[in-house]
Amino acid sequence: MKKLLIALMFTFVSTGAYADGHSPCNVTDGTINVLANEFTTLRIVMEEAEKCAGSDADFSVTHSVDHQKLQGPALEANPAEFTAKIVTNGSITPLMSKGLLRPLDDLVEKYGSNLNKSQLITFDGKVYAVAFMANAQHLWYRESIFNELGIAVPTTYEEVIAAAAKIKASGKMDNPYAGAFKAGWNLSQEFVNMYLGHGGEFFKPGTAEPSINNAKGVAALNVIKQLTELSNPDFLTQDTNAVKEEWESGNVAIMHIWGSGAASLLDDEGDQAIKADTRLAPPPTVGGGSAAATTLWWDGVAIAKNTSDENAEASFRALVGAASSTEMANANPNAAVWLINGYTPGDAAVGVLAAAKMGATPYPSIPQMGLLHGAMSDEMVEFLQGNESAEKALQDIEAAYIAKAKEQGFL
Amino acid sequence: MPHKTFFWFFFPSGLAMILFIGLPIFSSFFQSLHIEPEQILIEVETCDPFGCETEVQVDLEATAQSAAENPLGRFNGFGTYKDRNHLAFEEIQEAWQSTGDFSDFIKNVLNLPFYKSLLFTLTFCFTVTPCVIVLGFIVALSVNVLAKSIKGMVIFGTILPMIVTPLIGSLVLFWMIDSQGVLGATIQIIFDDPNLSLKSSKALTWITLIIYGIWHNTPFAFVVFYAGLQTVPQDPIEAALIDGATRTQRVRHIVLPHLYPVATFIALICLMDNFRVFEPIIGFSAEGVAQSLSWMIYKDLRNETLMLFGSAGATSMLTILGVGILLMPVLIRTWKEFKTER
Repeated sequence: MKKLLIALMFTFVSTGAYADGHSPCNVTDGTINVLANEFTTLRIVMEEAEKCAGSDADFSVTHSVDHQKLQGPALEANPAEFTAKIVTNGSITPLMSKGLLRPLDDLVEKYGSNLNKSQLITFDGKVYAVAFMANAQHLWYRESIFNELGIAVPTTYEEVIAAAAKIKASGKMDNPYAGAFKAGWNLSQEFVNMYLGHGGEFFKPGTAEPSINNAKGVAALNVIKQLTELSNPDFLTQDTNAVKEEWESGNVAIMHIWGSGAASLLDDEGDQAIKADTRLAPPPTVGGGSAAATTLWWDGVAIAKNTSDENAEASFRALVGAASSTEMANANPNAAVWLINGYTPGDAAVGVLAAAKMGATPYPSIPQMGLLHGAMSDEMVEFLQGNESAEKALQDIEAAYIAKAKEQGFL
Repeated sequence: MPHKTFFWFFFPSGLAMILFIGLPIFSSFFQSLHIEPEQILIEVETCDPFGCETEVQVDLEATAQSAAENPLGRFNGFGTYKDRNHLAFEEIQEAWQSTGDFSDFIKNVLNLPFYKSLLFTLTFCFTVTPCVIVLGFIVALSVNVLAKSIKGMVIFGTILPMIVTPLIGSLVLFWMIDSQGVLGATIQIIFDDPNLSLKSSKALTWITLIIYGIWHNTPFAFVVFYAGLQTVPQDPIEAALIDGATRTQRVRHIVLPHLYPVATFIALICLMDNFRVFEPIIGFSAEGVAQSLSWMIYKDLRNETLMLFGSAGATSMLTILGVGILLMPVLIRTWKEFKTER
């Protein structure tokens, strides 16, 4: 985490790790076909990559919120359906576990002259991805409402709950808090945040055996329950994009969502009064813990193994051209916290930088994490609706995970 | 028809059925008996912008070797069928022994993912199907007596819910029942409760899904009943009219018996369709509170970062078995009728 800060500070003076390399842009041979998640920041990156590839290049990109479901089968085919994938520390693991990504050391040496060393994602010494942005969930609040009711910016979840309860009691809003609580990946992610914030460990060290059924897990679930009681009653159907809409409609005064949301929440569209009133704050801690209850993420470029060397090189060139574009980073300083050389962080970077400074944990890049993540949501719903106790829910999550992990050969 | 003629008549469709239905089912079954090869984990140093750490990763070479030896994975027999995420025999046995009273036992069983899904699937199936048959019949009777000039238009309007793609239909309704949507807001005004939301509680979500199911399936029943109505013989109806039978009496004693086989057919198709309920759960984002067997298959294949083929195969087989059991009474009846006719 310190490395990120150092890297960011270093970028102001550094001139890059590799002095003489080839310029990556203006690709003429090979096909470039990218699969990426769907949010504004990645669209900016892909536009830059297309620009870098040049007008002669065969460039196409698919943006999909289902990228994580599509990537496995798409890259497993030979030749792969996509030549490159925009990955995160969460979505890279299943690809790594199946050996679907190619090592990039030679390409980095050839074209990576403008990359920071901290951008390189290595497994066992080999580069498998090049990160270009950091992301984390953190707090957002409406300043005027906080000032009016005399609420200080919360630094712990206990204060968040108190603040939201106070706003509710004042009658200004019925459901002042919002988070991405949609059943499925999002709801599970909230537990990951809270559990790590309480200092929990998901697995017994060095094994794939779960270890979440403990006091920290119970405490994490209880905090989530208190938060959902202050949220829109439809919270189980609201993902990040739905929460953003609630925010832009002025129904919410405090929320915990992705830093990359700034790209659309602070743009020129929508109600400017709400935008002007929107403030970003560090992610809160929880249960007296010192680390922020959020996870750190990076987004980066990875190249498919099952594609020709020519296509791999073409894709790498175009994407690394974007992933090392100081111009793009500084033209969109609030779209993300860029890891790119020469980037000056904008106002909207405060939340993510604070998350890193407060010792938040990176989302675990371990192969069986996805199975545990997938097992959480169903049981959490039962608990949140009051159908079962926190202990029973945690016990059920572990049992569901164990059955799946046995089938996948982890246990 | 001589057997030989029948064989050649049936051969093309039989072949297509084996190729496109039989083989995939067999392949899913085969897959469900296997689990993935053992994942060999090693600890490696991984570095990212946030620092370096020693973490477990899959040992690709060792795992690839074991995968090459057993390309289908490890044979597991009916292990996947019996595990906690499917039939959960062990857990049920344990619940039976550890719980004192029967309602506790049922609660424990319905907490298991497969039985939870089965409960919703059956509830959906057995509420939607009868409603669809009754409603479809009433609509068909009503449309049948309309003046010719407006009949075409009304028929088109009536079958519209069936034409709309299920996912789109459910999404449109999902937005309409939002607390800011036209239906959601109206319901809040009617019940005078600004916090009432159809998406928030389990019971209301189930009711919404069931109403959607009825809305979507009724046109099918209507079309079939309407076609059936055109074949009702006019002579007995006229005779009944002369005898002074009311409309209700005519429907009950002449039309209904005539349409009885049609109703059986609709029941058969509807039960089968509704047992596979899936799209509305996605459309209404209802997976938190309402899961069906088909949704479980989808989740195993798409909602996980790693695909659980064995698990999905097992659920598919259990779904097919479920459809078979549901249709059994109707099939036995049809078979008996067929026998007596001969």
